[in-house]
Amino acid sequence: MRSILITGGNGGLGLGIARYFLNHDPEANVWLGVRQNRAQAEILSNEFAGHCQMIDLEVTSPDAWKSAVEKIMESDGRLDVLVNNAGLHRDCLLAAMPNETWHSVIAANLDAVFHGCRAVVTPMMRQRFGRIVNIASLSAVLPPLGQTNYAAAKAGVVAFSQTMAKEVARSGITVNSVLPGFINTEALGEMDDEARKQAQRGIPMRRFGKPEEVAAAVYFLASTDAAYITGAALKIDGGIL
Amino acid sequence: MQGDELRQKIKEVMVEELMLEQDPSEITNTIPIFGAGGLGLDSVDALQLVVGLEKHFGLKIGTSDAAKGILESVETIAREIEKSA
Repeated sequence: MRSILITGGNGGLGLGIARYFLNHDPEANVWLGVRQNRAQAEILSNEFAGHCQMIDLEVTSPDAWKSAVEKIMESDGRLDVLVNNAGLHRDCLLAAMPNETWHSVIAANLDAVFHGCRAVVTPMMRQRFGRIVNIASLSAVLPPLGQTNYAAAKAGVVAFSQTMAKEVARSGITVNSVLPGFINTEALGEMDDEARKQAQRGIPMRRFGKPEEVAAAVYFLASTDAAYITGAALKIDGGIL
Repeated sequence: MQGDELRQKIKEVMVEELMLEQDPSEITNTIPIFGAGGLGLDSVDALQLVVGLEKHFGLKIGTSDAAKGILESVETIAREIEKSA
């Protein structure tokens, strides 16, 4: 039985990743890290009762991470996979960006990865096995206007992952990041029709990605077959870059 | 566990946890664990060793300053475990 923790468990991408694990690994126990919004996570956990459950996790809080990881270790005796998926963006041109907007985006996207990885590294070192997949973004390497905060955070996630990968390589732990481009989740719902059409014109495949297409890559990176892949930054963008 | 038995077990744990390509019997009690002239392990190995010592012997090493003294050699590790037993 693999124990898997996915943060941002109520969002479209988090749910897609969770569903992929549950469909492809019937023995898996998936923990969905959630905050206030949990309606969709609840539906999934009911659908896969006994193999999927929610866990309170404010990803910017080290204490919350400590409690969550302790709870999982008590329940499952191990934690095999961490998918740091939670994140948010608050786009704003730099000249007009309030300090709070900068700090909140860095906290939710970069600090959260730090807290999460630090919380799981010792248990994973103890079991001499671990798979960490950090969800970055194509913005890390191809940032659009208005995302100085988000792009900096996600580029930080990529560099963080590469550094951590070296530090834990001898402990059987791999750390990789994936860089999704335009994926059909609630995040794209904020775009109007014209913006969506324009975005699609910029994608060589002429379509947005599906959450399960990101999930498939995450699932592979979390598998034992991917044992020799660490520090990788895998873009999933339909050929944009 | 104490004495020679403990020291032998520490060497076995080191070989296992750090994936050393040598026999535990080749490690003497006093050979420096880190740096030139010793086993040549580095700070990344130190992290895994700390985790391994806690897992196998219940030895908790609180600070990096403490770790420097304790992780000097098999002998210093053994003394610390015997002290905390």
